[in-house]
Amino acid sequence: MQPYDEERLGELLGLLPPAPAGWVRAAQELPAARAGLDEIVERARADAEFRARLVADLEAALALAGYEPSSELLDAVRARLPELG
Amino acid sequence: MTIELSDAQLVERCRADDAAAWNELVERFSRYVYAIAARVYRLPDHQADDVFQDVFARTYERLGSLRDDAAIRAWIAQLTRNACVDQLRAGAREEPVEEPAGEHVDEALERLGEALDVQEALRALSGDCREVLDRFFARDESYRTIGEALDLPAGTIASRISRCLGKLREQLEGRTTEVGASGGR
Repeated sequence: MQPYDEERLGELLGLLPPAPAGWVRAAQELPAARAGLDEIVERARADAEFRARLVADLEAALALAGYEPSSELLDAVRARLPELG
Repeated sequence: MTIELSDAQLVERCRADDAAAWNELVERFSRYVYAIAARVYRLPDHQADDVFQDVFARTYERLGSLRDDAAIRAWIAQLTRNACVDQLRAGAREEPVEEPAGEHVDEALERLGEALDVQEALRALSGDCREVLDRFFARDESYRTIGEALDLPAGTIASRISRCLGKLREQLEGRTTEVGASGGR
């Protein structure tokens, strides 16, 4: 095994620069985002009025319900509820 | 002082829906996943971002099926490798691309594995040492930038780096000795 001299340590430290902060944050927020998505899907299945609002205008309905209608959330809701079109 | 969780302990806590553990898991492996996508497979930023999010989404979804919690690193490496190949093949429909040879990828992953061992040892050092070594080597900052950020004369940065590298080496050699003495982790 090679010794850990200063040069080798510096080289190994340099191999792992930080990932962009926004990427890390998005991955860390994944569980909360999934929980929010599950909540929307459950509500859409149980509440006909909410479902009708989602079909009429997905973005506005989500914003009105207190969710940030990011493009990722809109895509995820459409994927889970194909009836929204 | 915070207690450093092993990879297996971290996975176990993530399975129990511990949000702080998930944040730590992402933080711990974020550089590794990024380096595989951006450096080994040389994906452009938008594709590397897709791989990054895809790998952590799959990790989150499939954590329950991981047979050996301590094998999370190898598992994440394989997920990343598969996601990178998928990206390259998807992109190749528009423009032909060359996938890196398997042996090149194996060799690069071995080096990144060593780098991750060093990162792990780095976490055991003081905050001052972690910061100065990370800024200089991983973030490629100059003595001047580091000095301004840490409110230190630029002239003392070199000696601090050298002192901290010494501590890092002791930490790594201590681990090697422990592993040797106990016959492995």
